[in-house]
Amino acid sequence: MAKAFDFPGGIHPPQRKTLSTRTPLIQAALPTRVVLPMDQHIGTPAEPCVEVGQRVRTGERVALAQGLISADVHASITGTVTAIEERPVPHPSQGKRLCVVIEREPDGDDEWCLMPPLDWRQADDDTLLERLMHSGVVGLGGAGFPSQIKARVRELHAIDTLLVNAAECEPYITADDLTLRTYADDVLEGARLFARLCRAERILIGIEDNKPEAIDTLKQAIDNVVTRDTQSEPPFELKVIATRYPSGGEKQLIKRLLNREVPSHGLPADVGVLCHNPGTLRAALRAVRDGEPLISRIVTLTGEALDHPGNVEARLGTSMHELLTAAGLKEHELARLVMGGPMMGMALDSTALPLVKKSNCLIAATERELPAPPPEQPCIRCGACEQVCPASLLPQQLYWFSKSREHDKAELFNLFDCIECGACNYVCPSHIPLVQYYQAAKGEIRERRHEAHKAEHARHRFEFRQARLAREAAEKEAKRQARAQAASRVATRTAQPSREAAQGEDAAAAKEQVKQLRIAQAAAKAALRKAEKALARASEAGEADQDDLDDLELQVATAQENLRATEARLAAAQQAEQQGETRR
Amino acid sequence: MLELIADNGILAAIVALLVLAASFGALLGFAGERFKVEGDPVVEKIDALLPQTQCGQCGYPGCRPYAEAISQGDEINKCPPGGETTIAALADLLGREVKPLDGEAQDVPKVAYIREDECIGCTKCIQACPVDAILGAARHMHTVIESECTGCDLCVDPCPVDCIDMLPRERSLDEWYWPLPDGPGHRPATVTPSLIATDRAPAVGQEAGHG
Repeated sequence: MAKAFDFPGGIHPPQRKTLSTRTPLIQAALPTRVVLPMDQHIGTPAEPCVEVGQRVRTGERVALAQGLISADVHASITGTVTAIEERPVPHPSQGKRLCVVIEREPDGDDEWCLMPPLDWRQADDDTLLERLMHSGVVGLGGAGFPSQIKARVRELHAIDTLLVNAAECEPYITADDLTLRTYADDVLEGARLFARLCRAERILIGIEDNKPEAIDTLKQAIDNVVTRDTQSEPPFELKVIATRYPSGGEKQLIKRLLNREVPSHGLPADVGVLCHNPGTLRAALRAVRDGEPLISRIVTLTGEALDHPGNVEARLGTSMHELLTAAGLKEHELARLVMGGPMMGMALDSTALPLVKKSNCLIAATERELPAPPPEQPCIRCGACEQVCPASLLPQQLYWFSKSREHDKAELFNLFDCIECGACNYVCPSHIPLVQYYQAAKGEIRERRHEAHKAEHARHRFEFRQARLAREAAEKEAKRQARAQAASRVATRTAQPSREAAQGEDAAAAKEQVKQLRIAQAAAKAALRKAEKALARASEAGEADQDDLDDLELQVATAQENLRATEARLAAAQQAEQQGETRR
Repeated sequence: MLELIADNGILAAIVALLVLAASFGALLGFAGERFKVEGDPVVEKIDALLPQTQCGQCGYPGCRPYAEAISQGDEINKCPPGGETTIAALADLLGREVKPLDGEAQDVPKVAYIREDECIGCTKCIQACPVDAILGAARHMHTVIESECTGCDLCVDPCPVDCIDMLPRERSLDEWYWPLPDGPGHRPATVTPSLIATDRAPAVGQEAGHG
């Protein structure tokens, strides 16, 4: 075993993993109805591309990804689309989201609509990336980040290590453990697929030592790969680390295995690492090798309110109630349902919610197992939270700043480097829900940024409108003057020449005006060039998002309007000047 | 000449000072020309703090004119859409006293909504909208682009058939975030993150059972 490094802090909560590892992985019964939310991933929700009443086959696309960070959604059973409407989804606010509902006749077949299989060793990168994009694969560890974007990482960063994050450090969850025990070969092949896509030189598997069976299976599988494939590049390396929460955090695992520190506000790619969950690797491999989009996932059903806790592979969109009932839910004992782990997961207020791509674990806990939290007490400044923070932050300071809404100070103390692992909550003797304070502060800061952005946008639109109105007025004025002059020319021909002195003064004033307008025109031209340059720079850099580009385009348009307005005024003034000269 | 200056200390000092004064004067004059700032930078800063709804409730035709007025010494409490936060930010920037808001505060962000059956297509609201957020043509139904609307309600008054409502803007799930906890003495309303923290006491005895 290679040398292990360490991250600061960390805690040792009770594991409670054996609850769900005693039985092997089983396939859940095929549901008769699935509810597929449009936002099972991080980023923009997908848009439905089917109609109510349409018949869909398993694996057929029902929603299209929107924008840069998004993922497709596929039908997980064969049946008829019966509704496209807002339904409750697993979300901390217990809110609703647009969902596609598919129903199957109880005795209906499970007819598949597969994409053509690909051999990832032969296919080129673009084909593979496109396949990943069309198969809706997202990170299955709980965050739900679209995988094809991670696979494109090579465009911006040089990657040397592909890290398979099998630490699974949160209590209760065993989905990755069972995935590795059952499908170790698939996970390894998926890792090689991603290693090829990002040109990693080695594949590192990080696993906590509380999963001995998975470690054995992995070792076996790695040996098999090495003996079977003579050209088993890149090399695999298995690192077993001592169990400690939260070593499954991306940044923490990288620190622990490679002694590299992901910079503040940075990504693992900044230090040459790409991190993937075993379940994601398997899903990606299935999408490529078998042409099967992401329509099912392995989920841990656990907690003491279940008679037969264990891991099942279930179709996405299956009702949680169905899954829990199949696992022997004792409804009168169920005190709290949690999706995800007990440290970072979210409490759900109903079992009538669909299973989504992000649901790695469902804990049906009894009152005795996870009792209601005691009331929050005042902070006694013991500093216990600071000792356990795995991100080397000062939780107590952040708490004070968040509480008093001193957001600039909280940001100064790196609030956004908080990974919300909940270690500080766990050790707080005053039962302060610290993470919730941080989440609230982060939310408020993000909202304020959003508001500021919107205000900026509104200002640009307002300025554009002002410029347009000014231009229209100037053009109208120029036309009016032209007409007036035409009329006065007719008048002067017939009338007596008026006083010479007054005319001289008029001409001088007109000259002065023309001069000023020339300066204004030059300034407007410079402003236009500046705006165009800013736009060109932003679009070349490719980092600005669409909204920013729109704003810059608006600024260019405003500058154009301004220029046209000054030009109209200048033309009118020049004409007036010429008129004056010819008259003299 | 040089000798006279060198001999006479006071004269040398005067000449040296004169030379210094002339050269620094030239330097300052050059810098004043070279680094001349167009416009008033304070106005830009004030403008950046205002909510840019362009509603005119302050009595000025838009946020920028109000920013200019503030820099000329006008009160900082005339912006209802900005509310207390804007007043606090302005007071902070300008070193003035925080004053209570002059006028009624807007409690929730609003958005204009045209009841499209009743719209007669008069284009009056289009002309009133400061950010071009209303679409439509003469004798055709108009509609509000929700994402561009700043909720200034300048379109409500000109409408001859009163078919524009100001509705609270809907918040999507993406905009949702955890509320700040109630503080000491209260049970956390949202219990998730601290779940396991609270079960330490009962869990100790059961550890062996759980493995």
